[in-house]
Amino acid sequence: MRYRISYLASCAALAVATAGVASAQETLTIATVNNGDMIRMQGLTEEFTSQHPDIQLNWVTLEENVLRQRVTTDIATGGGQFDIMTIGTYEVPIWAENQWLLPLDNLGDDYDVDDLIPAIRGALSKDDTLYAAPFYAESAMTLYRTDLFEAAGIEMPAAPTWDFIADAARQISEANDDVYGICLRGKPGWGENMAFLGAMARSYGANYFNAEWQPQFESEGWTTAVTQYVDMMTNYGPPGAASNGFNENLTLFNQGRCAMWMDATVAASFVTNPEESQVADNVGFAPFPCGIENCPNQGANWLWAWSLAIPASSQKAEAAETFISWATSKAYLELVAENEGWSNVPPGTRTSLYENQEYISAAPFAEQTLQAIENADTSAGDDKPYVGLQYAAIPEFQGLGTAVGQQMAAAVSGSMGVEQVLSAAQQTAVREMTRAGYIK
Amino acid sequence: MARAVSTRRKITMTIIGWSIGLLIFFPVMWTILTSFKSELDAIATPPKWFFFNWTLENYQTVHARSDYFRFMMNSVYLAVGSTALGLLFAIPAAWAMAFSPTKRTKDILLWMLSTKMLPAVGVLIPIYLMFRNWGLLDSHVGLIVVLFLINLPIMVWMLYTYFKEIPGEILEAARMDGASLTKEIVYVLTPMSVPGIASTVLLCIILAWNEAFWTLNLTTSNAAPLTAFIASYSSPQGNFYAKLSAASTLAIAPILILGWFSQKQLVRGLTFGAVK
Repeated sequence: MRYRISYLASCAALAVATAGVASAQETLTIATVNNGDMIRMQGLTEEFTSQHPDIQLNWVTLEENVLRQRVTTDIATGGGQFDIMTIGTYEVPIWAENQWLLPLDNLGDDYDVDDLIPAIRGALSKDDTLYAAPFYAESAMTLYRTDLFEAAGIEMPAAPTWDFIADAARQISEANDDVYGICLRGKPGWGENMAFLGAMARSYGANYFNAEWQPQFESEGWTTAVTQYVDMMTNYGPPGAASNGFNENLTLFNQGRCAMWMDATVAASFVTNPEESQVADNVGFAPFPCGIENCPNQGANWLWAWSLAIPASSQKAEAAETFISWATSKAYLELVAENEGWSNVPPGTRTSLYENQEYISAAPFAEQTLQAIENADTSAGDDKPYVGLQYAAIPEFQGLGTAVGQQMAAAVSGSMGVEQVLSAAQQTAVREMTRAGYIK
Repeated sequence: MARAVSTRRKITMTIIGWSIGLLIFFPVMWTILTSFKSELDAIATPPKWFFFNWTLENYQTVHARSDYFRFMMNSVYLAVGSTALGLLFAIPAAWAMAFSPTKRTKDILLWMLSTKMLPAVGVLIPIYLMFRNWGLLDSHVGLIVVLFLINLPIMVWMLYTYFKEIPGEILEAARMDGASLTKEIVYVLTPMSVPGIASTVLLCIILAWNEAFWTLNLTTSNAAPLTAFIASYSSPQGNFYAKLSAASTLAIAPILILGWFSQKQLVRGLTFGAVK
């Protein structure tokens, strides 16, 4: 009987001890997007949990647009469903201003925050405080088929202009029946065709708004950019280009159907991967084209960084910051390189990565990517009152950008003329900006 | 001669029927075929139909990345739970409207249906706040209630249409024999309406299984069903068609099998009363 009592007591003590351990363990719920770099991070979960046995990770992976709606709803209502959110450079300044995010001021001594590329660090900071840590970053570049250029006797210049691109597209289209001279985004959306057109208009010196928040769609820069865009898409682009987004153009390029493609630098790793691309060995890289001489930011008018942030509603901020510090550290880059090779390391966030010879030799697009990101200055200035390049970091931009994007798609499909479209876009933007109180 | 015309007509109708059937089934078949291709074969031009290197790699990747069984069980809980709850309310409601109609019955039925016309996103924030305050976010109970409310108008309409075909005299006879209201519904009406109830149940299970707005917005992981599982394989940056196809095939497989075995009831219920 005495043995039985002591046995029961031991079991009870063990149960209490186990419960104690269980209660000390925290589970972080992380909302993230579905892309190669994030999936790799999920695959390395055990590396983190073995170093931090008191923290478990619960991944919620969603398609980008679904994720944006999901996390915006949660953070705006204080739902508290997530401890870490994957958000972009568009959200960070707005959410930090609303005090929806916790500052990342305790990332650890080894983190080396000064190693973050200044353009990225600036885009994710408010009043010099980091509110999100960059996981991977991108700008825009020109991807082109070296074999087709060689066959046509054309040489890609170090700093191409849109006039050169249009001429090259014409020559290659005429010489090849089954290849489109140029593939560009046409699918309507603030993060789709407007991201591209915003960057292209800026390469002609035009912004979304002037210093008084007056929309600029009828300015000379926008008129020239949209006219040239519609001309290239109509004459040398694929049929149905008004419904092509990143993925559709990626498919066309990988099938060998596009001679040139201007899009996010992240595309470089896809088109050079022989497991996905039929033209992996024949891809060259050049900067995003300029419209005018001395174009702003040397043509690098696109900056985006998928970043990890902690919502103010999280009850596990300390553990969340520990994870963010791990996932965006230099050591993490080395861990990925060790497991998956240097070409699979998340790009664009740290200066030291671009000083690493192993990375540079594994990623032929590294130099162009760094150059594009370093030149992309998102900060507000005399010429524009908003943060952002291919977008304007104001809450109204998502709705406004998508509405204007639909009008631009109408110009590509031929149902509206360029002047008509720009006039309609101007009217829409003036109405929305007046309603929102930006224009007095 | 008449026989020859009839045979020719039969052959023509068969060909047309099969063509339409294959056309409708084509996207599903293409998804299934793509799930066995490599990413490179998935985007090949001209498309590769059957002669490619068949691989199970995509299924292995999906299996390694996601806990399919958990997502599927959540789908089962939500679909079955919301449908069962719906029956508890829809059968009495349809009975009342079919056998004790008032002059407002038609208006009520139309009003119920009109609630389906409200775009869901319009009430996302109020519902989200209610769920947050009641602790129902990412819970089975909360989602079962939402899916039940979404499908209730359709359930009532379908059952009402079916009940209308049952002669009221049979229920009167049961009443004459002393059956209470509950007994009348449970022992007389329900057994006679099994095909109608079965097709309603099947349709509501399919609708709940496929519902992808509330199930994505009100869940994170505990109650996330297969819609969330598929959403995790879709991406606007990066082509993962083969993996997405494997995930989609796994997600539709259970409901496809259920639909296959119960197609007779489903067709009968959906077309009941269409031709008189």
